[in-house]
Amino acid sequence: MPVLVELRGVSKHYRRADTGETVVAVEDVSLDVHQGEVLGVIGYSGAGKSTLVRLVNALELPSSGTVSVAGKELTAIPERDRRLARRNIGMIFQQFNLFRSRTIAGNVAYPLKVAGVPKDERDRRVAELLDFVGLLERAHAYPEQLSGGQKQRVGIARALAASPDLLLADEATSALDPETTSEVLGLLRRVNKELGVTIIVITHEMDAVRQIADRVAVMEQGRVVEVGDVYDVFSAPKTGAAQRFVRTALHDRPSPDTLARLRERHPGRLVTVQITDEAGLQNRIDAVFRSAGVTAELVYGGVGEIRERRIGSLTYELTAGGIAGAGAGAPDAVDRAVAALRADGVTTDEEAAA
Amino acid sequence: MNNSFQSVIDTFDVFLAAMRDTIVMSLVSLVIAGIIGLALGLLLYATRPGNLLGNRTAYTIINVVVNLVRPIPFVIFLAAIAPLSRVVVQTTIGVPAVTFAISLAAAFAVSRIVEQNLLAVDPGVVEAARASGAHPVSILLTVLIPEGLGPLILGYTFIYIGIVDMTAQGALIGGGGLGEYAITYGSQRYDWWIVYVSVAAIVVIVQLGQFVGNRLARATLRR
Repeated sequence: MPVLVELRGVSKHYRRADTGETVVAVEDVSLDVHQGEVLGVIGYSGAGKSTLVRLVNALELPSSGTVSVAGKELTAIPERDRRLARRNIGMIFQQFNLFRSRTIAGNVAYPLKVAGVPKDERDRRVAELLDFVGLLERAHAYPEQLSGGQKQRVGIARALAASPDLLLADEATSALDPETTSEVLGLLRRVNKELGVTIIVITHEMDAVRQIADRVAVMEQGRVVEVGDVYDVFSAPKTGAAQRFVRTALHDRPSPDTLARLRERHPGRLVTVQITDEAGLQNRIDAVFRSAGVTAELVYGGVGEIRERRIGSLTYELTAGGIAGAGAGAPDAVDRAVAALRADGVTTDEEAAA
Repeated sequence: MNNSFQSVIDTFDVFLAAMRDTIVMSLVSLVIAGIIGLALGLLLYATRPGNLLGNRTAYTIINVVVNLVRPIPFVIFLAAIAPLSRVVVQTTIGVPAVTFAISLAAAFAVSRIVEQNLLAVDPGVVEAARASGAHPVSILLTVLIPEGLGPLILGYTFIYIGIVDMTAQGALIGGGGLGEYAITYGSQRYDWWIVYVSVAAIVVIVQLGQFVGNRLARATLRR
């Protein structure tokens, strides 16, 4: 896929006005965003992701490094040309940032006015966009008359007005309830699929990444510490930050509290097996348990889908002994079962004893 | 001491002319100060470091000038501005000189009101406009002013009342208007009826302005 956005060694340092000390917002980030993809950028607040997205449309200029969008190096051209380049980059915001003095139609028309589109064509385009986001009948309402989800849909329509190739979503669902969040993410997905717009989604919610992104970049202290396909990062997060985010979205592994409660009821050894989309996985796991002579009781877990591929994990209580459970199994049966699973390429973690 | 209403009736033509002068001076200087102050306020807002046209040098210069002029009491300003009004309006007395002085003095007050109200506009909408690729000057005129219009109208209403007050002080340089009427026909002759009628007339002029301002502000704020 051709590259639409190219960041090379980008850093952004601020000098704090009050103390005069230098704050590092973004540090040495190199990142490609491919044409037509949805890239999730996840990080805790203060990780530098909002600054990063503002470097992409040159609302902020980097302290060092280069930023290119659609082959134009924004860091090397005059501000006048950067303004032209921004017309090709839509942006939506956490607080929607709609113009309160304009109607819904007026908000959507604004980027078209900026671009000098004639009035009749502007009206046609505004109607088309409001229809796309399902708000045509509210064209003459004012922003304060809309719900949060509706406001964000107007924000999306406005961001798409000038038919940009790239859409930046800065915490676009963070002010919305879960149901509205799904609705807005679904709309963004349509923007990507039906209109072919490349999207960068900035968020602190891994669930949003899971629902919409093709690839994900994990940010921590200004750096991108991990980048990869969403499925790969979810199934095998490499960094601590990625692991923490994956855990918040999947809910498939027991938390320490849950684990303590499980132990009270289940005296056997607790082993968590990672579920991937490999065919026949369940049968292989069962076969391993049977041949090792352990009894497996499913005590916790969850299996779902990411990008239409199966993902999740299951926690078993393993006790030595056959199905008959007469206590006849060898004492090392559980160890053999775990070793056999690992040898078979199944990611298996034994939960540490309490 | 004259305590009869007769003196008001006797000087009614003077009263009417004074009323007309006050209204003309107030409105003309409101418009001129409004325009100059708006431009100055936009400059203050835009050149503030970190803003649309952030420029520390320009901001500091404008800021210092505004701060130097603003604290000068208007009665002193009236006298101090005389050489300049001789150049610009070719006189140092009467309605033209007073209008000139008010227009200038009030412009600096307006600039602060404009700056404050623009600073209160959500920076998010400015960012949204910048992200659309709009030019900073276009953002000032087509986003910031409309977004801050309601509070701006209330600010201008506040200034208008200050301007009516200034017109009365114009009596010092023969400004005409109700202030001069109240002093020369009223207090200096111990004719309290004339003073009170002048006060009542000014109250009416101020109330009308406040009413119009409130109405306009409510219409733009849609509440």
